[in-house]
Amino acid sequence: MKIKRRDFLKGAAGSMALLALDGQDARALTAPTLSPEALGILFDSTLCVGCNACMASCKDANDMPPDFTEGQDIWDKPVDLSPNTLNIIKKFTSGTGETKDAESDGYAFIKMQCLHCVDPSCVTACPVSALLKDKDTGIVTYHKHACIGCRYCQVACPYNVPKFDFNHIYPVIVKCQLCDHLIAEDKTPACCSVCPTGAALFGKVVDLKVETERRQRMVPGTIYKYPVKSLDSGLTLKNAAPEYVPHVYGEKELGGTQVMFMSAVSFDKFALPDFPDKSFASTSNSIQGAIYTGMIFPLAVLAGLMFIVKKNTQQEETKTAEKEKDNKEENHE
Amino acid sequence: MSKAKALGGRIFTLTFSVCLMFSAVALYFTAKRFIFGIGSVSNLNDGYPWGIWISYDVVVGTAFACGGYVMALMVYVLNKGEYHPLVRPALLASMFGYTLAGVSVFVDIGRYLHAYNLFLPWQMNFHSVMFEVAMCITTYILVLWLEFAPAFAEKWKLVKFRKYLDKIIFALIGLGVLLPTMHQSSLGTMMLLAGFKLDPLWHTATLPVLFLLTAIFMGFAMVVFEATITTRVYRLGDETSMLAKVSRIMSWILGFYLVIRFQNIFMRGEVGSAFSGSFLGNMFLLENLCLIVSFFILTFYRKVLTPRLLFIAAIAVMIGGSLYRFNVYIIAYNPGNGWTYFPSVPEQMITYGLIAIEIAAYTLFVKYFPVFSAHEPAVSTK
Repeated sequence: MKIKRRDFLKGAAGSMALLALDGQDARALTAPTLSPEALGILFDSTLCVGCNACMASCKDANDMPPDFTEGQDIWDKPVDLSPNTLNIIKKFTSGTGETKDAESDGYAFIKMQCLHCVDPSCVTACPVSALLKDKDTGIVTYHKHACIGCRYCQVACPYNVPKFDFNHIYPVIVKCQLCDHLIAEDKTPACCSVCPTGAALFGKVVDLKVETERRQRMVPGTIYKYPVKSLDSGLTLKNAAPEYVPHVYGEKELGGTQVMFMSAVSFDKFALPDFPDKSFASTSNSIQGAIYTGMIFPLAVLAGLMFIVKKNTQQEETKTAEKEKDNKEENHE
Repeated sequence: MSKAKALGGRIFTLTFSVCLMFSAVALYFTAKRFIFGIGSVSNLNDGYPWGIWISYDVVVGTAFACGGYVMALMVYVLNKGEYHPLVRPALLASMFGYTLAGVSVFVDIGRYLHAYNLFLPWQMNFHSVMFEVAMCITTYILVLWLEFAPAFAEKWKLVKFRKYLDKIIFALIGLGVLLPTMHQSSLGTMMLLAGFKLDPLWHTATLPVLFLLTAIFMGFAMVVFEATITTRVYRLGDETSMLAKVSRIMSWILGFYLVIRFQNIFMRGEVGSAFSGSFLGNMFLLENLCLIVSFFILTFYRKVLTPRLLFIAAIAVMIGGSLYRFNVYIIAYNPGNGWTYFPSVPEQMITYGLIAIEIAAYTLFVKYFPVFSAHEPAVSTK
């Protein structure tokens, strides 16, 4: 059976509708890599004294309301990241909780916030590009004018960072944006700018990585200079080097994160999962990409389907028509 | 081939009235959701941002609504014209299943007024599985209504419209087969991003294949389930022999699915956790047990299939398939940090209400529009 020109055009018209879905595919199928200009934070758990100054200044800088818990409404006391809290210092304790940075009978602090993944699941997940990763700074930003509130980002985020106020009539997704409004004014993110010990240190990720290598090489007990606020602030403090675990969290986890952690206790104590190096986003992307890139497969299948259906329905019609004809003739006889 | 006819008869039956009551309750809670927020009616939280509105109404519900998809595939693509009488009833159920899944999404998304962003080319994220699913389901709802439109044309004698429809129907059917293939598999791909939050018994790169296969056999099971009930309720002709043939095909797909499912578990070394006696291990076994039971009924009793056995086999598939999908989206999903979720009563009421609307609309449509082919009960044909 030949395809008539008219039919071909009809098929093509149908295909055009789907063709509109074809993306200007900027991102290759391989996972994205770290931009040389990427900005991030190095959190050194051994330097943190748990003063919570970063939490207070974060609320100020981002106009976030306080989180009242434990039956009081006097001061901000969040228990975890929440729709009101973008940044939190959490404490690990074990046994008597006496010694700082000890795994048994000790305690240690961790800072939780958006880690600004190199290959962020949330950005891959968001259907309407409400979450974007800046090409240069690598900051993952949220844009409420686009967000439809589907919450796929919450499902996708391996660190449970994005929050959503379910009790609000028309909520937004809430997460740390690395104070990009302050960075735009050449300032340091609020949390790092007030950290008195340099536990939260702002800088370019490539430079922060050099700093982590320096700290990994330090001889425990020896006095070293530690930069405070940001790598280029010129401010330093002198500290005795602790015994770091030989692992910088965020260096490789799921393709890496721009907020990295160093610590003297192992990271599973902070409930930071032992993730593989390959991001979940890249697995998802390669499957979707293999099927849908350029919509070539789906369109070919559609064309085939339409052709077969057309053929089958026409056969059916002829059969029915013949039958009816036969019936009529029989009746006449 | 006999032509489809409207059944006629009383609209306000007991079933219809009960369904209306449920819908009214759901409407009340839906209003509450839009006035006071999602939290006022649901137990959804930051750990479990998706509850039964997504996992039942969309993920399980659209699989049940795959009857139209599989019957179109059989009749128009594989050219099995003998099943033609099953197409229109299946399409009708699919049409309501998908439409109400769409409604449910609107209730679920937090910023519904911004939903138009999905259709702005500069906002579209072509890497997002959610985007693809949203596009496919939206288009498919439209396609389903158009696929069913010949029934409207017959009822209201819209000759011109019918002629126009006949000219493009091949394109609609083609789309009606392509779109579910795309988004049903993507519903599986969607949970790949959940990573460690989804138990390894379910988190695998094979998710899209498993989701597509569950959609297909759940679609078949729904056709059998629905036809068995409607032939009894509306005293239509006996369709057992036709349904038995349909379930033969379903059993092949079931077998294929089970091989892939277990091969995948063995390959990834997860057999131990499947038989560990843990809650999730047992959920895995339960889910597959339902499917295996059905597979055995359809294979070993194929010569003596009574309507009752057929019905049991279909229900077992529906339960097994739904359990699989519930497991992936809620039960085996654990965000950690001590988060828990169980749907609240109002949340459940909204879901029940949507199911009730589906049933009510179905009974209304089969009485008002030509859906069932008017073959007489088997006894009186000769």
